[in-house]
Amino acid sequence: MTHLQMPTPDASVLGRSQQIIKDLTALAGAEAVIADEEGRRTFETDGLTAYRCMPLAVVLPTTTEEVSRILKYCHREGIKVVARGAGTSLCGGALPVEDAVVVGVSRMNRVLEIDYDNRFIRVETGITNLGISGAVSAEGFFYAPDPSSQLACTLAGNLGMNSGGAHCLKYGVTTNNVLGLKVVLMDGEVIELGGGHLDAEGYDLMGLMIGSEGQFGIVTEATVRILKAAEGARPMLMGFGSSEAAGACVAGIIGAGIVPVAMEFMDKPAIEVCEAFAKAGYPLDVEALLIIEVEGSDDEISEMLGRIQAIAEPFGPTSILISQSAEQSAKIWKGRKSAFGAIGRISDYYCMDGTIPLSRLPDVLRRIGEICEGHGLKVANIFHAGDGNLHPLILYDANDPSSSERAELAGADILRLCVEVGGCLTGEHGVGVEKRDLMNDQFSATDLTVQIRVKTVFDPKWLLNPGKVFPLNDTQQAKDVA
Amino acid sequence: MRPAAGWELQNMLLPMIDRQMSVEIVGSGSKRAIGRPFQAAAQLTTAAMQGIWLYEPTELVMSAQAGTPLAQVEATLASNGQMLSFEPIDLGPTTGGPRGTQTIGSIFASNSSGSRRITAGAARDNLLGIEAVNGRAELFHAGGRVMKNVTGVDLCRGLAGSWGTLAVLTAVTFKVLPWPEAAATLVYFGLPDDIGTEVMCAAMRLPYEVSGAVHLSQALARRLEHEGLRRQGRSITALRIENFRSSIGYRSEALKDALKVYGDPAVLDTTDSLSFWGELRHLSVMPYNRDTCLWRISTAPTAGPKVVAAIKRHMPAEAYYDWSGGLIWVEVPASADAGASDIRRAVAVNGGHATLIRAEPEVRASVEVFQPQAPAVEKLMRGLKDAFDPYRVLNPGRMYASF
Ligand SMILES: Cc1cc2nc3c(=O)[nH]c(=O)nc-3n(C[C@H](O)[C@H](O)[C@H](O)COP(=O)(O)OP(=O)(O)OC[C@H]3O[C@@H](n4cnc5c(N)ncnc54)[C@H](O)[C@@H]3O)c2cc1C
Ligand SMILES: Cc1cc2nc3c(=O)[nH]c(=O)nc-3n(C[C@H](O)[C@H](O)[C@H](O)COP(=O)(O)OP(=O)(O)OC[C@H]3O[C@@H](n4cnc5c(N)ncnc54)[C@H](O)[C@@H]3O)c2cc1C
Repeated sequence: MTHLQMPTPDASVLGRSQQIIKDLTALAGAEAVIADEEGRRTFETDGLTAYRCMPLAVVLPTTTEEVSRILKYCHREGIKVVARGAGTSLCGGALPVEDAVVVGVSRMNRVLEIDYDNRFIRVETGITNLGISGAVSAEGFFYAPDPSSQLACTLAGNLGMNSGGAHCLKYGVTTNNVLGLKVVLMDGEVIELGGGHLDAEGYDLMGLMIGSEGQFGIVTEATVRILKAAEGARPMLMGFGSSEAAGACVAGIIGAGIVPVAMEFMDKPAIEVCEAFAKAGYPLDVEALLIIEVEGSDDEISEMLGRIQAIAEPFGPTSILISQSAEQSAKIWKGRKSAFGAIGRISDYYCMDGTIPLSRLPDVLRRIGEICEGHGLKVANIFHAGDGNLHPLILYDANDPSSSERAELAGADILRLCVEVGGCLTGEHGVGVEKRDLMNDQFSATDLTVQIRVKTVFDPKWLLNPGKVFPLNDTQQAKDVA
Repeated sequence: MRPAAGWELQNMLLPMIDRQMSVEIVGSGSKRAIGRPFQAAAQLTTAAMQGIWLYEPTELVMSAQAGTPLAQVEATLASNGQMLSFEPIDLGPTTGGPRGTQTIGSIFASNSSGSRRITAGAARDNLLGIEAVNGRAELFHAGGRVMKNVTGVDLCRGLAGSWGTLAVLTAVTFKVLPWPEAAATLVYFGLPDDIGTEVMCAAMRLPYEVSGAVHLSQALARRLEHEGLRRQGRSITALRIENFRSSIGYRSEALKDALKVYGDPAVLDTTDSLSFWGELRHLSVMPYNRDTCLWRISTAPTAGPKVVAAIKRHMPAEAYYDWSGGLIWVEVPASADAGASDIRRAVAVNGGHATLIRAEPEVRASVEVFQPQAPAVEKLMRGLKDAFDPYRVLNPGRMYASF
């Protein structure tokens, strides 16, 4: 990909690197500090592998107190800090900078308290997303936000990005499912927000913290809502001859007062690749596929699926398949959830994450096709149809610099298109470094200034996760003022 | 001041900023008696900023000017079989203000959510986008009109529940949902607070999507407008289920069966349920009364009865538990401090926080109306006030005396 501009490293910090590593070791213990070349290499990138940068050092603390000591030290010494969970960010959110210490919470992954009566679980944030559901599944409970990366990604990263997933149409995204946070601020101060109760007091600092992409503080513990799983769930597949018909069908379902727990859309190229991978029984002779899942008892599910079929009728589905077993359901979801991986097996891809109003889907898909064709590239589209979150996967060749560059240009054009039709740059992956320079396309200068002031309240010296989210010029100005 | 548009509001604020004069922000003014009393040189209402300018039922989204009456929003939604799922409550009547006049902007500014919050999220969870003017007279936007959006700092959450102290919302975009086809309410009579809470928590642990769980003390149940329930003359514990018609019968039976050790409940049908949950939306059981003060306590549901018992050791109290016990409206006799020190101690021991909703202005001026914060948290909140309203023009002192 093209060269990424990052803030100029602080020469005085780089010059002191040996001393800094010594100090960190004294603060957190030798086992927690990774300073050798090989060790640091593991942390040089995240899910957006096109960008890489070796950090000054990596620290993997095991307690909030250690995190606090490290941040207090870095604050005093003017050293930048990049928070990290599992490093699966797709926008370069966890990308290190040369003069920064990476603070990873992956070793802080304990379950601290489970309270079924009050329906919450308190955990250290290094726990994986799936690990939370795993801790409560024996009682039939689950943690609702389900990013496709849930096996690997941490709650810390989910909180950093306000992550979503296929089932967010019904259950909300991360911010809708969090009750309390323990946060270490850049100066080492530890604060607690919310708790086991339903709504936090005062200004919604928790709401500001969630989705702040590691720029406001490091979250070490969280209390999140757990829900009792429905009695059952069943997906159905519906194929359509055009994306117009599929989109209209989704609108028809919602218009009829039915909000299924998930409604996922795939276009032909995506269907082909996912079917080849998961053998889920996706129809191959269609232009668009919907996966619609409903929940409840067997009778409720049948009634609901019956109604959905009746609503779909006028839109002319060319094939309908209702899952008949838990095994089949698992396969259907496997195809969807491993879509990125499946596409990754046939080509390098660049995953976009805009959101659009549903009614614009056919138009947007047509224009995405044109944009990619214009750059000589192919594209596959996956869409959380219920909430408008669109993932065009641009196929390119990472070994061909021209192809990479064209993929990046096409990606930017697609995101601008999302904004133009009334949507936004990112629905769940975050801004990171990837969309930083497109922020001016979505926000006015004042909008950004207002956001930047909030960032400055939490991190007055701008030491946390530098070079992300805001265009570099704005960052520099804000720092000059602060 | 009655601006009809954001730019007009900006122009009206500028001279106030120049002269460092403060402004009281109101929608219809139904919640004026909530918060700390403060002196303002002028009043600014959003009432002239009206209109629904976007409504896409199939995308579950609506945008309205902040001064649009809630009643108009809900009527428009209802004509399409839709609703605000968080069923905002009306604090007007209980605080001596008017009933049914609320504006949509004020709902989000006060993060006002009713019983369905336990399954549908709070007002803040349903806010998708805003246009607002801060205390620097800057007009800005955040969020958008789409359901999923993580672009930039989440100012929608940041401004929800800030009671007009950071910015004046001029337009809001929010998520709407279809009305469920049918509802039923199971009502258990005569349970004490702790058992009532146990029933509610047990119900929430089942997979039947209970969308309302409330418990009213005997004295409060006798104040209900719903005649059938009032006439029982006993405490009530009510559980609401909502879904399509054929599912309601199944779910009520399943719930009844799972909770049978607590007795045989009465069952309200859809119409009856609507009227019962409807009256709770204006806190019918907590009518305005100068002889009493009203507190709103947020705690973990199982701690609710303990908090109330601890309060009762110091003063008489009547409690209405919502959100499965996690939200408690507590009425206590009027006194110089409205019972603040004892109530806050009871809450501190059990976790959570307390807000004084109704008391005479002198009382609200002398006690902390909103929960006092840890110093590091207060510093951040003050920082936010500085960022949005450095000249202390917007509702200064309404939430916290020092800013
Ligand atoms: C195959 C694949 C599929 C994906 N599918 C989805 C999906 O369906 N939905 C979705 O939303 N995302 C998805 N993602 C993106 C990614 O998984 C999420 O953004 C995830 O939340 C990142 O978690 P992480 O633990 O890897 O965090 P990281 O990548 O390590 O960090 C993410 C951000 O959080 C910050 N952060 C990390 N830890 C902390 C902390 N303790 N305190 C404060 N900030 C912190 C970081 O600085 C960074 O900005 C997918 C990624 C991949 C590779
Ligand atoms: C669309 C949607 C559908 C859902 N469906 C279901 C479902 O079917 N079943 C189910 O059981 N659950 C469901 N949930 C999840 C459930 O509602 C979440 O647990 C809920 O969003 C969390 O809300 P809460 O009221 O429990 O806590 P919240 O208080 O909403 O927790 C998050 C935070 O809200 C903020 N907040 C609230 N009020 C204030 C205030 N006055 N001032 C400052 N901050 C404040 C705080 O930061 C607070 O802690 C759904 C959620 C959403 C968004």
